[in-house]
Amino acid sequence: MAQMLTANRLRDGAVVYWRAGAWLTGLADAELLPEPAGADAALAAADESVRDRVVVNPYLFDVREDAGTVRPVKEREVIRAAGPTVRLDLGKQANHVQV
Amino acid sequence: MYRYDEFDARFVAERVEQFRYQVERRLSGELTEDEFKPLRLMNGLYLQLHAYMLRIAVPYGTLSARQLRTLAHIARRYDKGYGHFTTRQNIQFNWPKLVDVPDILAELATVEMHALQTSGNCIRNVTADHFAGAAEDEIEDPRIIAEIVRQWSTLHPEFSYLPRKFKIAVSGTEADRAALRFHDVAIQIVRNGDGEVGYRVYAGGGMGRTPYISHVVGDFVARSDILAFLEAVMRVYNQSGRRDNIYKARIKILVSALGPEEMRRQVAHEFDEIRSTGTLQLPQEEIDRIAAYFEPPDFEQQYDVCDIFETARADDPELRAWSEINLARHRASGYAIATISLKPIGGVPGDCSHEQLDGLAALMDDFQLAEIRVSHEQNLVLPHVRKRDLPAIFTRLRALGLATPNAGLITDIIACPGLDYCDLANARAIPIAQRISERFATIARQRDIGELKIKISGCINACGHHHAGHIGILGVDKKGVEYYQLILGGSGAEDASIGEILGPAFGEHEIVDAVEGVVELYLERRQPGERFLDAYRRLGPEPFKERVYAAH
Repeated sequence: MAQMLTANRLRDGAVVYWRAGAWLTGLADAELLPEPAGADAALAAADESVRDRVVVNPYLFDVREDAGTVRPVKEREVIRAAGPTVRLDLGKQANHVQV
Repeated sequence: MYRYDEFDARFVAERVEQFRYQVERRLSGELTEDEFKPLRLMNGLYLQLHAYMLRIAVPYGTLSARQLRTLAHIARRYDKGYGHFTTRQNIQFNWPKLVDVPDILAELATVEMHALQTSGNCIRNVTADHFAGAAEDEIEDPRIIAEIVRQWSTLHPEFSYLPRKFKIAVSGTEADRAALRFHDVAIQIVRNGDGEVGYRVYAGGGMGRTPYISHVVGDFVARSDILAFLEAVMRVYNQSGRRDNIYKARIKILVSALGPEEMRRQVAHEFDEIRSTGTLQLPQEEIDRIAAYFEPPDFEQQYDVCDIFETARADDPELRAWSEINLARHRASGYAIATISLKPIGGVPGDCSHEQLDGLAALMDDFQLAEIRVSHEQNLVLPHVRKRDLPAIFTRLRALGLATPNAGLITDIIACPGLDYCDLANARAIPIAQRISERFATIARQRDIGELKIKISGCINACGHHHAGHIGILGVDKKGVEYYQLILGGSGAEDASIGEILGPAFGEHEIVDAVEGVVELYLERRQPGERFLDAYRRLGPEPFKERVYAAH
């Protein structure tokens, strides 16, 4: 199953996503990692960002293609990427900007 | 209210500066995340699903207007305009930036607040009956001993590395509004046959994945001995509590493994040893010194029936409904205890905006209300309200969106933050609370149903107290999809019981219908005046099972 790589930014805790060595704030910008080897390599590379104090707690999560869009398998990651379902004015669903 | 002495003020201020330095060292790379994490947790700072979360202690749930204003200011300046009151009488901010947290803690320190003992394997912030000092049948204000326990437990070297977190609750009445029997240790203030005041001490209760109701380990502990007795309990736990398995590390597992009698014996043995040294005797002068902070206000001599109030509520059906549902009897004639529901229909249980926090502070000032309380049911309480002020207070609360008449009714739902905010959650809890409250929104229907406590957790850690709900709901994850177990017959009150799982879990779109089925069966089968909980205990689970699974 394809994966994506996420973490929290150290300074403010914001949820960020990996794309080719950079950390972006939107799930839509996240790099699709279709092969386990590529996902593992990205996770290993993220260690450098942890050492550089850019992010904490990097981890991979499963995604699947659904009607042409990539969507996390778990509801947890859907909510994490958008914000609380009970406050649509908060989180990324309210303000989607690049780092 | 308790006021910091010089030692308290210096200690909290030093702790803020210590944390500021720790954050600087983290940002400079001097500390790794592994090194920093326990330090931030010791200051109430978690990393949650979307962001950091700061949990601020509200000792025994008591706040002043000044403190409310500071919380409003923090919500506005550093967060996203609101705070969330929790089932441990604390308040959480869901969006603080790490770099701002030292400043937030410094602002809190100016109003004698902090985030200590809100995380980690220590004795957590002590909770108390939210009607403390106002309840009609109270023997003694429980906050006196709660404050003494707070002072004793903060930074106590023996208790800074316990096997697991440790929660203590205190109540001064027979009626239990503090969920005493679900705490690691609970202190109930009682009188003995000679009329002396002392403490009944319970140990070994808890919720989480393995719920237990606590057992009495001390029938009547003398006032001067209470810290020695608590220390004895803590020593038994510290020595014998399991550290090899996080899920078996709470004192409830130890008490269950030893058996209550053996636990009592071991506690008594430790107690005798501690007492023999005489070092932990609590001097009466110290009790008196702390008690002075909790002196009730000078209640005015008033008739209990207040014409202004009675006339106003005869004219205003909304005030009448609110006063009949949200007011409780006060110990002083002409006064009432007012519950401010944080459960608007369709709203988020426990959330309070900065405008509401400021509005409440202004209301408190205008009506000379020195204190407001946070309840473990995620509501606020004005403990000492003159009845003649109630019409004006109600009008102010209504304007603030804080006059929902549902205290103790089916829409007064406890819900943990769940998967909308929490990193540990398996399922959302808040939307289920919202849908249930919308389904039962009609006040007449709620009043017909009567006392019914729904408690919802988004995972087995049970922050939403689902084991103790008359109707409990537990969110579970089945292959990435949210499902909800229905649990009936629990109680966190003086008739404590652990709810029973009714059967297979329901989908997100089925659970509200299942709750309604349970309620309808109760309405059909109840006897006159019988509460839901009592009807369930009489009928057992079978008829409820038949009803909800027949339709499933």
